[in-house]
Amino acid sequence: MTESKPNETSVDQTIMGLPVQKTPSGQKVVFSDVSSYHKLVEHLFDDGFNFASDLCGVDYLTNINRKLPDAISPERFEVVLNLLSHGRKERIRVRAMIPESDPTIPTIVDVYPGVENMEREAFDMFGIIFKGHPDLTRILLPEGWEGHPLRKDYSTGRVPVQFKETLGPR
Amino acid sequence: MTTDRETAQPQIGNSAVLRLPESSGIDTDDLGEIEFGSGEKMIVNMGPQHPSTHGVLRVMMELEGETVLRCKPIIGYLHTGMEKTAEELTYAQGATNVTRMDYLSPLANELVFSLAVEDLLAVEMPPRATWIRMLMCELNRMSSHLMWLATNGMDLGATTMMIFGFRERELILSFFEKTTGLRMNHNYIRPGGVAADLPDGWEEDIEAIYKTVLFRLDEYDEFFTGQPIFRERVEGVGTLSAETAIELSITGPLLRASGVPWDIRKTMPYLAYDEVDFDVIVGTVGDNFDRYAVRLNEIRESANIVRQILDKMPKGDYRAQDSKVTPPPRARIDQSMEALIHHFKLFTEGILVPEGETYVAVESPRGELGCYLVSDGTGRPLRMHVRAPSFVNLQALPPLLRGSLVADAVASISSVDPVMGEVDR
Repeated sequence: MTESKPNETSVDQTIMGLPVQKTPSGQKVVFSDVSSYHKLVEHLFDDGFNFASDLCGVDYLTNINRKLPDAISPERFEVVLNLLSHGRKERIRVRAMIPESDPTIPTIVDVYPGVENMEREAFDMFGIIFKGHPDLTRILLPEGWEGHPLRKDYSTGRVPVQFKETLGPR
Repeated sequence: MTTDRETAQPQIGNSAVLRLPESSGIDTDDLGEIEFGSGEKMIVNMGPQHPSTHGVLRVMMELEGETVLRCKPIIGYLHTGMEKTAEELTYAQGATNVTRMDYLSPLANELVFSLAVEDLLAVEMPPRATWIRMLMCELNRMSSHLMWLATNGMDLGATTMMIFGFRERELILSFFEKTTGLRMNHNYIRPGGVAADLPDGWEEDIEAIYKTVLFRLDEYDEFFTGQPIFRERVEGVGTLSAETAIELSITGPLLRASGVPWDIRKTMPYLAYDEVDFDVIVGTVGDNFDRYAVRLNEIRESANIVRQILDKMPKGDYRAQDSKVTPPPRARIDQSMEALIHHFKLFTEGILVPEGETYVAVESPRGELGCYLVSDGTGRPLRMHVRAPSFVNLQALPPLLRGSLVADAVASISSVDPVMGEVDR
């Protein structure tokens, strides 16, 4: 958690022309789209954020009109990347919008090799395709699984335990 | 590709990870497509039923004789969709879900979830709740590391260590049972505080745990740390450089054993860790022995923290007195209409968390445990993601095992300390 300093208001700054906001508790968030995502991540890496803490997907199907900066148009999916700077003891979060029609985003394994498993998990759970990932296969679910369970339109309690050799009811 | 065991360096890149489609490892029909070269190399599975894989971890290994060339951890055997479940539970119920992820340090999971919810709610915690949380989490770190010492000893053939570790852990679990009612999966740390105050006479219990554990740790030092057989088995095995560890997002004792002094309790303090005095334990070369030593000494540091908390424990409420977050006590419901309404609202629609998103991280016994929580303003989270340290730390296996013997692989897997409940969630 980054500490909010009293003299720093939530006045929007920008990083590479992309809007930056602070959450009420003072966490820094950069908003991005698919096209500027990889360049932004490279920039943040050069800026001293040497450690990728976390990467996950979010599906905003039921809450598409969430609060976002004006420059950013809301999309259904988001990839949320939490970066950490060991030197400055500071965190920053990247929220990249991904359209439903083409859920593809460039991988950042080349910048942070540690996100490999996390990108595989986001692919597994949301069907977000990380272009250029060296091994984009299902990680938690069996490889023959249909659908991406953490999507909001994937209903629960429908598919019984499904194994590779046994066909499910669908 | 032939690899000399002496010259094999842990490295990242395609050569360190077994890049094969999953089916090639499963279907025997597909095996013909893999080139075996001179006939010396083979691909074998270790797990998921192997006793040394700490649950249901499956490691696919490419071997040349006894030497591991490449490997790939294959996970998901314990996946139960807990992040999906979390979207259907209210915030008050959420802690019961996350506590089952890392079942060896359930309190750390509850803590990170509660901190994330409280961050969105912007409620102030009473000091006693904060200090009780800290006390319980440090005890949990001790029990988790003791469990690791036990299982690691078992993997190395030191059965005595297993009995010892479990014996000391039992002390702490008894205290948990006394305080929370359960030995594991406590649901004790909840959004808004903790479930109950500490039991009467907790000071004596803590004092006893502190003295016993410190005494036993000295015994361990005598029995194991100085043992030539043990030292030969772990020294220089499974080395992980600091650069590789940072690149692979490794956290916790693994990162510290590689020489990076990064402990969120110290570097980005949460709770009241800035008010207690403790050291961050760091290793030098990052081999299995360093990881053993880091964990062993972290128990000592945790014991010291627990001892300091005993003196500094403030008096007062153990729950935030915010009627929108904390349910009213049973007696109030009979007297006050307002309390009845609050009780009804809290248990039907749950705690209403304002719209927003947050990422909170704490130092669990295994590393950085994070919780990314998105709320859409209702009583249930829109998304609850847990950054599980073991899930990420498993990425260290390919560089750790590269060039080592199969027998050492068992020790190296153990030294990563994966808890499969957390890996698969």
